Amino acid sequence: MSARTVRTRPPEDLPLIPSGGKKPLAYWLYFIPGILLTLGIVVYPVVYNVWLSFHSWRGGFTIPEFVGLENWGQLMGDSSFWMSFRNIIFMIIAMVIIPTLVGLVLAAILFDVIGRRFSGRLASFLRATFYLPQVIPIAVAGVLFGWVLYPDKTGVLNQFLTWVTGSEVAINWVGGEGRTALFSVMLLMVWVQIGYPVVIFMAALQRVDPELYEAAELDGAGWFRRFHAITRPMIRPEVFVVALTTTIAALKVFGPVFILTQGGPNKATYVPSYYAYIQFFGNGTNKGYAAAIATAVTIVVAVVAVLFLRAQRRAEQKEA
Amino acid sequence: MTAVTTAPRSKPGRPLRRTASGKIRRPHTFGEWCLLVLAIVLAVIVVFPLVMLLLNAFKSPQDYATSGPLDFPRSFYTDGLVNFWVGKNFPRALWNSIFISGMVAVLGVVVAVLNAFAIGIGRVRGRTWITLLFLMANLLPQEMLVYPLFTMFDKAHLLSNPWSVILTFTVIQGAFGTYLLASLYGTFPKEILEAAAIDGASRWRTLRKVVVPVSRPTLSVLMVFFFIWTWNEFLLPLSFLNRPDSLTVPLVLEQLSGERQTDVTTLISATLLSVIPTIVFFLIFQRTLTRGITAGAVK
Repeated sequence: MSARTVRTRPPEDLPLIPSGGKKPLAYWLYFIPGILLTLGIVVYPVVYNVWLSFHSWRGGFTIPEFVGLENWGQLMGDSSFWMSFRNIIFMIIAMVIIPTLVGLVLAAILFDVIGRRFSGRLASFLRATFYLPQVIPIAVAGVLFGWVLYPDKTGVLNQFLTWVTGSEVAINWVGGEGRTALFSVMLLMVWVQIGYPVVIFMAALQRVDPELYEAAELDGAGWFRRFHAITRPMIRPEVFVVALTTTIAALKVFGPVFILTQGGPNKATYVPSYYAYIQFFGNGTNKGYAAAIATAVTIVVAVVAVLFLRAQRRAEQKEA
Repeated sequence: MTAVTTAPRSKPGRPLRRTASGKIRRPHTFGEWCLLVLAIVLAVIVVFPLVMLLLNAFKSPQDYATSGPLDFPRSFYTDGLVNFWVGKNFPRALWNSIFISGMVAVLGVVVAVLNAFAIGIGRVRGRTWITLLFLMANLLPQEMLVYPLFTMFDKAHLLSNPWSVILTFTVIQGAFGTYLLASLYGTFPKEILEAAAIDGASRWRTLRKVVVPVSRPTLSVLMVFFFIWTWNEFLLPLSFLNRPDSLTVPLVLEQLSGERQTDVTTLISATLLSVIPTIVFFLIFQRTLTRGITAGAVK
């Protein structure tokens, strides 16, 4: 390590391997495959789509025509687009809010009650059960739910409800009026997502010192009070991570809608990714308009990510 | 629920006893039993659709039509399975999925290791921005990528070729790997690296002989995750893979379910068959999975 390098670069910027006079610039060589691939697979599509969003193009051999902000203007007044964004809120309820809340309670029950008071193996087994839907391909889960939610009285869920209630149930789940189609998609997403927070929160609980619980227990603090006073604050970082990753996943939902409802009935289950997809691949549709939809979603994802990370940093600073 | 909160500190004559592991031994309260039952009921609800699948996969169409989905099968009918296995060439789809996911698992980790080496150990300038640039691949909604990549692979004659999907997901999964490994390599034990440098090892040799072996546990967890994530992908493979012999497992099932003439029992058997590889994989790697999810969550 020569004195020169120490002067020009602060210690936290020095390579961990002593450079022995060689230029640390050589590390850039290791980026070559990563950067080349990222340029081709990520940067090029982003630039292309942003460019395309200012053009009108019917695809094929036609020539893109510059239309300025026309696509964007049209987008702002497009009820399908706003509908698709409104449905994102329902996806957030199904993928972020319900799984996080239920996951928090479930993780606490599994770890604190079942793991400590009954059997640790049962707790791990139940955790694995809740996590199972997470590893099933979303398309396969979609087909499975399409069958479970089969509309007429031969459907699995309808038959089950008939059996439970004693009177014939024939709810048109996927194609139904009102909110039932959206509700079907939400049901699938809750099923898929529930295990993720359970696993993460349970791991977080393992960091908590058991002595703390026992002290509280001996002081007569009940389960709910212990959960509120000890568990909740301890696992806040994980709650942030879960909320961030699942919110971004909710903004990207595609497979369930494509398979379960095809956006229907009457666009009631449109989500932005599905809307963009059918605009891109529809016959004779304006690809520039589709590019504007995709770009708009990207902007929203970026804003959400930045807001989350800022909130997290602020919370960390407040604690410190 | 109130019974939980009023758990007695100790009953007269039955003082609290500590076991060797430090657990407090006392009889289970009513509330604890309630919570146990609640958790089990929820777990049963979660597996309910899968149990239904198993219950119905071997029913004949007549059996299914007369007895409905909730009854036990009265027949053992495998035509549904055979229809899907042969008609949709399931073994081919299985191989496509294995090949694509396996390639992505390996290449994604290779790219991630190279990037993370330069960021975490090389500490190149502007590394925060470079990490962000890579991470973009993982954050971007896929509809932002799908059409430009579709036209690009079309021009390169790579549509319906597994490499279109492999290249794309090498970048997407590699981005997450870069993010995770960069922070791991940033705290790599300096003494080991210095010892290697004193022994005269080049950077490349240090990476191969020291950094990679030391971080192998994390790399294998990453590989398992890249494999499963890629296996489960839908939007981009759906757009890039069109020829019947290029489809992956989720895609053949989607195709089957979209066909009007598909009968319900074939669809149920096909769904079961498509779930099986995932469940096998889940059982093998359960421990790795739970370890891995948490490694990614906590910084």
